[in-house]
Amino acid sequence: MSSILKIVLQRLGLGLVTLFVVSIVIFVAVNLLPGDFAEAILGQGATPESVAKIREDLGLDQPMITRYFTWLKGMLTLDLGTSFAQLNFANFGGAGTTTIAEQIAPRLSNTMFLAAVTAAIAVPLAVTLGILAALYRNTAFDKAANMFTLSSISSPEFFMAYVLILFLAVLNPIFPSLSNIFDGMPFSERLEKSMLPALTLTLVVTAHMMRMTRAAIINLLASPYIEMARLKGLSPMRVIVKHALPNALAPIINVIALNLAYLITGVVVVEVVFVYPGIGQLFVDSVKIRDIPVVQACCLIFAAAYILLNLTADILSILSNPRLRHPK
Amino acid sequence: MSSLLTMAIILAVLLGGAYVFRFAGQKITNNAPMFRDMGYGVAFGYVLAAALLIWAVWYYLQPLETDAGMKNAGVQFFRWAVQGFIIAAIAAFLFRLFGQFVGTAGTRKLFRSMPLTASFGILVILLYAIVAIFAGAIAPYGQAEILGAANVTAGGDPALGGNPEYPLGTDQIGRDILSRLIYGAQNTVGIAFVTTCLAFFIGGSLGFLAATLQGWLDQLLSRSVDVLMAIPSLIFALLLMTIASVWAVELGVPLTIFMVLIIAVIDSTRVYRLARAVGLNIVVMDYIEAAKLRGEGLGYLVFKEILPNAMAPLLAEFGLRFCFVFLTIAALSFLGVGIQPPLADWGTMVRDLAPFINFAAFAPTAAVTPLLAAGAIALLTVAVNFVVDWMLHKSSGLKE
Repeated sequence: MSSILKIVLQRLGLGLVTLFVVSIVIFVAVNLLPGDFAEAILGQGATPESVAKIREDLGLDQPMITRYFTWLKGMLTLDLGTSFAQLNFANFGGAGTTTIAEQIAPRLSNTMFLAAVTAAIAVPLAVTLGILAALYRNTAFDKAANMFTLSSISSPEFFMAYVLILFLAVLNPIFPSLSNIFDGMPFSERLEKSMLPALTLTLVVTAHMMRMTRAAIINLLASPYIEMARLKGLSPMRVIVKHALPNALAPIINVIALNLAYLITGVVVVEVVFVYPGIGQLFVDSVKIRDIPVVQACCLIFAAAYILLNLTADILSILSNPRLRHPK
Repeated sequence: MSSLLTMAIILAVLLGGAYVFRFAGQKITNNAPMFRDMGYGVAFGYVLAAALLIWAVWYYLQPLETDAGMKNAGVQFFRWAVQGFIIAAIAAFLFRLFGQFVGTAGTRKLFRSMPLTASFGILVILLYAIVAIFAGAIAPYGQAEILGAANVTAGGDPALGGNPEYPLGTDQIGRDILSRLIYGAQNTVGIAFVTTCLAFFIGGSLGFLAATLQGWLDQLLSRSVDVLMAIPSLIFALLLMTIASVWAVELGVPLTIFMVLIIAVIDSTRVYRLARAVGLNIVVMDYIEAAKLRGEGLGYLVFKEILPNAMAPLLAEFGLRFCFVFLTIAALSFLGVGIQPPLADWGTMVRDLAPFINFAAFAPTAAVTPLLAAGAIALLTVAVNFVVDWMLHKSSGLKE
């Protein structure tokens, strides 16, 4: 048991190191910007005094390494700073700025909700379809599924999104095409409004998960113990569910975790299409107005989630495979 | 509530129908093995497929206008989809037939064992290449040419606000959409192709170099690639595009050039991984040892010994990588930070034309333009994937 703990801890440590290096990359990348932050915030009509004031407020007169550690400390204590747009707003006499943390928190939970709904639909669907495709491989069903999944993997998310809007919102008004979600909305309404983005993401990830499930099971079907189970006279369904599936779990879990990581990238486009108030939408809006602190914070959150999910996939596949659990 | 009840009744009929189907099959064919050993799930699958087929035919034959004179847009879209599918299937079949009798012995043999999906893919790629190369000659108007009328709807029907001179209508500032779609092939596909080539040049040469030299260079490159791959590529691209957009203004260089460089670098990490892995398997071969003993230089080793032997996996990767790059560029453009106007580009067109989709219920033809642009992206990636899938299947020698 201690060896498993050691491996898991090793992986966790590696993940932390990666995250640390990624944070350096993000910080350095942003510092490649030409000119000065302060001038960028204030625009062309900035007076030297206000530029100096902002520089001092943001600590831009410090050397880069000091700034990096101040920024990192802020990130770790969830003090993400204030966005340029908000600073500008305050500068022109706007009242009550919100911090980035306050901006991001509700959006992050919205995005989590969307990802959770998607996973709740996509994972059972993909595993079931994958098992069916493996069971009836090389039949018309399998070939149709292959063609359909290959098409949906390779289509851009927004194509899927608009096709779904066309059929489920415009022609047959079943779900709303705009997902205006707000706090205190009843759960059922929230679910209904986020159904179309969730279905779009489902279409994209299900295809991949299903193909991998099918491949993982078919890989096992040549094993001697499957032959044995077949010769015992078990039904094909029972052979697959009882004998092949438990052994195929490791790759399947891996693929599910990787696809959830993929969802992180997918949500950006889908949230923009459906105007879903999630973190992806905030990210794109900030990119457009070059609101650097928000872009930095969102980028780090996306990267952290991505690394975490990949790490989970890694650890789960070690735990579910005895051969990896006891390395020679 | 009634719709739930209807669905329950339909399900019950299908479940019963499956039982009847299997029983009838056993009686009629006198217990043929196919029906005797059929599981209930399989029988249900057959009945479900038959029911879907009947529904599709019934829906296809619905009138285009309801009794009240309203457009029945769902039927119209369904007919277009079915017609498109049938035409694509026939075209793929004819193309394969054509390939079986024309060309060298090698290509004829290739076409004989080709599935329809692959021949469809090759046909589509060829068509895109032709449209992209001859865009200037095919397109009726220029891509940035602002014509007399803005917001002309597609379909060319004057009663609905169309104009026969612009079959797909014009956009918000009066540019011909058909011409922009055609030029989009040149811009979007061309830029994606250049980016992929650049990514392969960077990633491939560094990967082979790491595999040949190994040691600290390999460690340095591999660890840097690990870090770059830990950031989701679209997110990283968006971050770098933010910075590049400031630089583009500062230096007066078009943002599109920055985009090509950024995406090429991000995607070259994936190419590097593959090139290094393939290269490592090759450098241990005897002929590399012999070449080293002959005193050949590094350039000879990489380009004359390793590259030709790594060609097959790299080619398949090129197809897949092209799809990823193409989709990333389309996504960036869709989000408004990719290919910049006045260049016509499909991602940007989808975003600009998207509001038209809300008119689908009243004027189906007016709503197709955003879907055409998005579909043009989807069709090419699907086609490339079909071809790559077939190539991988063929080279792996898998039968199942």
